[in-house]
Amino acid sequence: MFRPRLIPVLLLRNNALVKSVKFKNYNYIGDPINAVKIFNELKADELVLLDIDATAEGRRISSEVIKRVGEEANMPFSVGGGISSIEDIKDVIACGAEKVILNSYAITNPLFIQEAVQHFGSSTIVLCIDVKKKFLGKSNYVFIRNGKEATKYKPVELARIAEEMGAGEIIIQSISNDGAMSGYDIELIKSISDAVTIPTVALGGAGHLTDFKNAYQHGNVNGIAAGSFFVYQGDNKGVLINYPSWQDVTKII
Amino acid sequence: MKIHIVDYGMGNIFSVQKKLLQENITVSISSEPQDILQADKIILLGVGHFKRAMDNLQELNLIEPLNNFALIQKKPVLGICLGMQLMASFSEEGNSTGLGWVDASVKKFKTSDSQKFKIPHMGWNTINLTKKSALMHNIASNEEFYFVHSFYMQPNDPDLILNETNYIEKFCSGIEQENIFGVQYHPEKSHDSGRTLLKNFISL
Repeated sequence: MFRPRLIPVLLLRNNALVKSVKFKNYNYIGDPINAVKIFNELKADELVLLDIDATAEGRRISSEVIKRVGEEANMPFSVGGGISSIEDIKDVIACGAEKVILNSYAITNPLFIQEAVQHFGSSTIVLCIDVKKKFLGKSNYVFIRNGKEATKYKPVELARIAEEMGAGEIIIQSISNDGAMSGYDIELIKSISDAVTIPTVALGGAGHLTDFKNAYQHGNVNGIAAGSFFVYQGDNKGVLINYPSWQDVTKII
Repeated sequence: MKIHIVDYGMGNIFSVQKKLLQENITVSISSEPQDILQADKIILLGVGHFKRAMDNLQELNLIEPLNNFALIQKKPVLGICLGMQLMASFSEEGNSTGLGWVDASVKKFKTSDSQKFKIPHMGWNTINLTKKSALMHNIASNEEFYFVHSFYMQPNDPDLILNETNYIEKFCSGIEQENIFGVQYHPEKSHDSGRTLLKNFISL
């Protein structure tokens, strides 16, 4: 039977694993390779690896790190951070990644999505859409550059463009819910999932098993991703890598 | 034992190579035609567009040695994902002819419920075993494997079907025809069950 994927998202800063709240207040978690080893043991469905400073620093995610992850991972993983050319994608795939996550560059140049799809096929190309409201604004907009720069796009509008350009999957990330561990923005997630026929992944806000179940039942997503949930334990947010099985999620009422 | 991975510029070779090397065997990777004929077994991988893949194989002069290996020498070949699809006679993707080792066509998933069944079929799904096979040794029916694809192979002879999987409807997710094996899923990304499958291919 087909089932949704539970996807830990690993954020890299200076090649160390960190976790944010609302794209700020970065907390050091540990060594990314060690985390991948633990997720192997826990049989995670898939991993996402994002270098959050790559675009700002005008480079892309380190091939060395991807290669080390590729050597360890017994599951598919996708990689993002400063991807802005066909050569970048070629390198990332050669290092063992299954999929490539596009963001700032592709959102500024949507034709790049199409070019990437022509080279590598739809199923390799993922677009991550980071969403929040503008200062004092009421409606959601797509932000780029790690949440620092607003674009003209409404989330659904960009999702439709991504689908038209041939993207194989969309990650929908709520910036305001990031690290809050108080639930996904189901309304946002559903609005995008319902607007496209390609798989979507929810990200931003998961704190409890019920949040996963809500995203699946009410958000119409194929993948359920989280950061904090998989690296923190308890109310004091002690660092402890953990991963529930899909049965654990379906067991709860 | 020497397993050769055919590098024709389309795919994630690194992961499969790493998984094979864990089993302490010799693995070669190249796009040289002569390396195919020196191998004991071949793995044909690939992600991307069917026609582009066939064009690449053609340009690199790999089709003739591959045909020789699979159809005349009849040594074991394992196709993974697009590598499996290439073994078919025809694909709807680019309306292209394939290697034609298997009397089959490659079709695109079609659904009237595009909200329930998103395409690509991406994620973990179970496989059913439809016949006994050394490739499936110690793999149970209903074991989960990782899939990512929009097209699937449909053999004209149902006896060739090794695995079936449900998505939209039942489709063929694995084939076996004498020395020719193909799986639509990714054993190299499928935890323990994937490792078992690769070990089985090594021990054939």
